[in-house]
Amino acid sequence: MSTVQTGGTHKSHSPKIYILGYLLSLVLTAISFVLALTHSMHVGPLIVLLTILGALQIFVQLFFFMHITEGDGPPFHSVLLLLGLIFTFAVALMSVWIMAFGTNVSY
Amino acid sequence: MPTALKHFADTYLMWNEGYLIWISDALIVLTVIGIVGALTYLKKWRWLWDNWLTTVDHKKIGIMYLIAALLMFFRGGVDALLLRTQLAQPGEHFLDAEHYDQIFTTHGTIMILFMAMPFLFALFNIVVPLQIGARDVAFPYLNAISFWLFFFGAMLFNLSFVFGGSPDAGWTSYPPLTELGFDPGPGENYYLLGVQISGIGSIATGINFIATILKMRAPGMKLMRMPLFTWSTLGSCLIIIFAFPALSVSLALLMLDRVVGTHFFTMMHGGNPMMFINLFWVWGHPEVYIVVLPAFGVYSEVVATFTRKRIFGYSSMVASLMLITVISYFVWAHHFFTMGAGADVNTFFAVASMAVGIPTGVKVFNWLFTMFRGRIRVTLPMLWTLGFIPNFAIGGATGVMLAAAPGDYQYHNSYFLIAHFHQMLIGGVVNGMLAGMYYWWPKMFGFRLNERLGKWAFWIFNIGFYICFLPQYALGFEGMQRRMYTYPTDMGWGSLNFVSTIGAYLMGVGFLFIVWQVLYSLFHMERDTTGDPWDARTLEWSLPSPVPHYNFAVIPTITERDVWWAAKQRGTTDLLTPSAEDIQAIHMPKNSGRPFLMGFAFFVAGFGFVFNWYILAVIGLAGVALCMILRALEDQDEYVIPVEEVRETESALGRL
Amino acid sequence: MSALQHAITAHADADTPLEYQNPHESVKITGFWIFMATDMLLFGCLFATYLVLRTHTDGGPTAHHLFDIPGFTAETFILLTSSFTGGLSTLAMRLGKRKQVMAWLTLTILLGLAFIGLEVQEFAADVAIGATMQRSAFLSAFFTLVGTHGSHVSIGIVWMVLTFIQIARRGLNQKTARKLFIVNLYWHFLDVVWVFIFTIVYLSGVVM
Repeated sequence: MSTVQTGGTHKSHSPKIYILGYLLSLVLTAISFVLALTHSMHVGPLIVLLTILGALQIFVQLFFFMHITEGDGPPFHSVLLLLGLIFTFAVALMSVWIMAFGTNVSY
Repeated sequence: MPTALKHFADTYLMWNEGYLIWISDALIVLTVIGIVGALTYLKKWRWLWDNWLTTVDHKKIGIMYLIAALLMFFRGGVDALLLRTQLAQPGEHFLDAEHYDQIFTTHGTIMILFMAMPFLFALFNIVVPLQIGARDVAFPYLNAISFWLFFFGAMLFNLSFVFGGSPDAGWTSYPPLTELGFDPGPGENYYLLGVQISGIGSIATGINFIATILKMRAPGMKLMRMPLFTWSTLGSCLIIIFAFPALSVSLALLMLDRVVGTHFFTMMHGGNPMMFINLFWVWGHPEVYIVVLPAFGVYSEVVATFTRKRIFGYSSMVASLMLITVISYFVWAHHFFTMGAGADVNTFFAVASMAVGIPTGVKVFNWLFTMFRGRIRVTLPMLWTLGFIPNFAIGGATGVMLAAAPGDYQYHNSYFLIAHFHQMLIGGVVNGMLAGMYYWWPKMFGFRLNERLGKWAFWIFNIGFYICFLPQYALGFEGMQRRMYTYPTDMGWGSLNFVSTIGAYLMGVGFLFIVWQVLYSLFHMERDTTGDPWDARTLEWSLPSPVPHYNFAVIPTITERDVWWAAKQRGTTDLLTPSAEDIQAIHMPKNSGRPFLMGFAFFVAGFGFVFNWYILAVIGLAGVALCMILRALEDQDEYVIPVEEVRETESALGRL
Repeated sequence: MSALQHAITAHADADTPLEYQNPHESVKITGFWIFMATDMLLFGCLFATYLVLRTHTDGGPTAHHLFDIPGFTAETFILLTSSFTGGLSTLAMRLGKRKQVMAWLTLTILLGLAFIGLEVQEFAADVAIGATMQRSAFLSAFFTLVGTHGSHVSIGIVWMVLTFIQIARRGLNQKTARKLFIVNLYWHFLDVVWVFIFTIVYLSGVVM
């Protein structure tokens, strides 16, 4: 339980991984902005695509900046984070689903 | 000046409302004078500060939670008796509608948030570190903060009773009734802030115990070797960290509506009150599992100990705990089937709600199979566990009835529902917490509670329980709705209500027997010198009672499940007790007064917001920020207990 | 706390990052990951509220009218960059370069302040044209969601300043390294939240 997973340590001691992460986040963001601001797609698929791009950015931050693979002992924190992500999306999306009953009423 | 005084007395102290308030005021003043006088006379202020208010020891924090929970149990119970007195006969005038509303609101809020929650935190604190072989929780300082946030949150909530007026919109506090336009008094603010402050503490407790269980286990204490109470704590804390943010958000948004004038849940400018109800139950339903999972953990420990058998189906117990943890998160909309979200939504949540019954059923059968052909010793913890099983069977069956969405349209908000959730929360949670209290009492205090008085308490409380709540199922079918303060004679509800009230008073008598039992046992102590009065199975029973403040002089190495029982069977208990040469100096966290002061600062801020006295609120918040900054800059928060001192303590306990 | 004592010797590995060398400190990193899991749910609920109330504009300003594209674009790139510079301060800490840590931390704090400045400006402009929190449910939800993120960032700035002071006073040790690592975790987390804010609130608002 007390072995440190040092697999990523050597890599994370060099700036390369940070620069790569930064570039990836810039590129993903730029794609989102261009897609949205040029009105090149239908709204429905566009929103789905934007959300997927956002989800990819979670992984960029987690793996390139936050060193989620490191830690002492089993990766409990990754399991908890995954559970948290599932619940977060569940709350947001299911609330929209539940509360959709009022959308035919105009405000 | 006298007119100003009278105005103050009428507005804030509510002296124009009659004798109930005067009596309460007098009692509170007398109690405060009594406590302050006793502390001063006995010169115990220093002792109180050094040993209790500044402590970061999980065992002492647990004991403080326990005391608070029992006091709140008393307060919530008195509320319940007032309600039942009012409902005993048709057309009763004991309470008026407004007072009745306030009392059912405080009864519900106190019982679930300020009685059940601290009761289970008491058990978490006292038991979990001992069961996994740790010297304290992962974050002892944060643990103290959690307690003081709970304490001052509860104080703020209870203060409403004598200063400004109690909340009166139900423990669920649904808007638009709770919006400023309909409920301008400070009562609702007390609810929002008191619950918010203690809720922050609960989240911190959840984080703390997850980290403790995952990272602080003794060598060899693999996950699948952990006692089931620890597993249930893990499940409960997982739900806490994922569900409580929803409560914080729903209360904060309602607070914004009331203080800033936003329109989340108003009836104007596009607000949607149902969104509060949605968010509230995102927390509210998982909350039920937060409080019941630890009770399941207690039953698992108690059943195994008092049948002297290994728990039946350990792995399936763990799996069902974790399944309940996840499924409990996907059932919340069954609290508002009648909102009319549509057949698809209601079907999903009805099926998910019924699905929770499956892992729960697995657990009940496992307990029964553990008892099967065991030699059951009917002690107090076992008695409360046995009492739980029929309760839970009835409550579970009525729960499935309520989970069927079309049926729910009939039962919704009727006394059928009231009877159902009391059956679960009293039969499931209170039985479990009391079983746990009796089971671990010797570990906490070093003496056992009197069995004879405890058995009286058990029988009176449980018989009272059935007399109180079974008639309420029938009343629900006859159409009696919850939260009605009186009813006319010709509804024909009078006799069942009268029976129900008799049951409620019997439960009150049962509680008094518990109080008598504790007081009697204080004066006629049956000391526990063995540290293992029940001939139990898990690691905490290898320690002396009460446990020295560093818990384990030497951290034991765990080789299997139920390690203490196995060691006793093999005669190798000395492997789990310290030997003099292995003892090393122990690092322990220092006591700190800051958690207490931070809780008090939260109280001041909350009090300021209740009355929109923003200067006070800002002072309170500044105090909170100051405490956090000082903590951030603190460098040394540990001290070392030298080897000799540990050796002396252990020899004095006869363990070397 | 000290139950972890036994594990310390197992960690005396030069490859182990400084913040993980002492289990008393590294358990706090685990604790902080758990905190982030809860904080995520907090934002999840605010996002849920925003999504439900998004169209409830009560005839007032809509997302399409209100959102200033250059403004939130600048905010986005500033915050992304600050997440990068924050990461570089962690890297410098692992290489044991204190001066660099302090330099990157300073830059991150300044970028954070710029972000907050822009956000305050944006909110002030909205309020000036009558788009206040009290105008409609949509605006209540918008200001609360974005404002909660903003207050998280502000707390992060104060926290970074406090970390800066400790590193300046005490240098890099197991404790300050752990603190720096955690404050940067928090900062990256806020960056992720902002990614969802610009996706779900701003960009979706502009296109719909």
